[in-house]
Amino acid sequence: MTLNLAQELSSITTKAAASDWRAAIRLAGDGLVAGGVTTEAYTEEMITAVEEHGPYIVIAPGIALAHSRPADSVLKSGLSWVSLETPVEFGHASNDPVTLVIGLAALDKSAHIDVLKAVAGVLSNKEIRGRLEAADTPDEVRDVLSSLATK
Amino acid sequence: MKIVAVCGMGIGTSVLLKMNAEKVLAALGIDADVEAADIGVARGAAQTADIVLTSDELAPEIGDVPAEVIIIENFFDLDEITEKLTPAVQ
Repeated sequence: MTLNLAQELSSITTKAAASDWRAAIRLAGDGLVAGGVTTEAYTEEMITAVEEHGPYIVIAPGIALAHSRPADSVLKSGLSWVSLETPVEFGHASNDPVTLVIGLAALDKSAHIDVLKAVAGVLSNKEIRGRLEAADTPDEVRDVLSSLATK
Repeated sequence: MKIVAVCGMGIGTSVLLKMNAEKVLAALGIDADVEAADIGVARGAAQTADIVLTSDELAPEIGDVPAEVIIIENFFDLDEITEKLTPAVQ
């Protein structure tokens, strides 16, 4: 893997507290806003996407990929990372509860694909995923991701 | 063969699904065109597709299409995708 996800993440939050799925998505949205990736309107758009289409963003057991479509609220493509202290129910039939929320914003339909590939590569490996979820601090998450990129 | 991977927005989950479906198809040695689409586009694209890949939540929104609709639960699980896709492409 050549792409270092640690450098692609605009913000990392670990062991965060969220009372419900909306709060969990807001944390991911706050991370995108803090990283200069989106405006606050995008956070609401991510929540609306789930209200309209259901919790399909819970793409694997325990993992939600919060996102909406390219819009004026997206300033650049980017990702935020939020691991949750207590798992949150999104209402998904098979993949609840969620422990990791990744916020995704894209300027168009192709610019972010290499980053998504890297995310999929990292999170589909159970051992690496376990290490990332156990990380107590953003620096620990960065260290794990950076160590993967140099291999 | 044409396969459409469908999600609500067309930038996130469908792109992941497309990537992993392409990996599975390559491993099976099947030549297929996999396209990622949002739900609005997908209703049209699904009319000419052989297979639609999507999640449980979105399947009802695709409606009545001639394509075979396959529901994937874990988008990262290549074994699940292989198991569900293999009978449909062979």
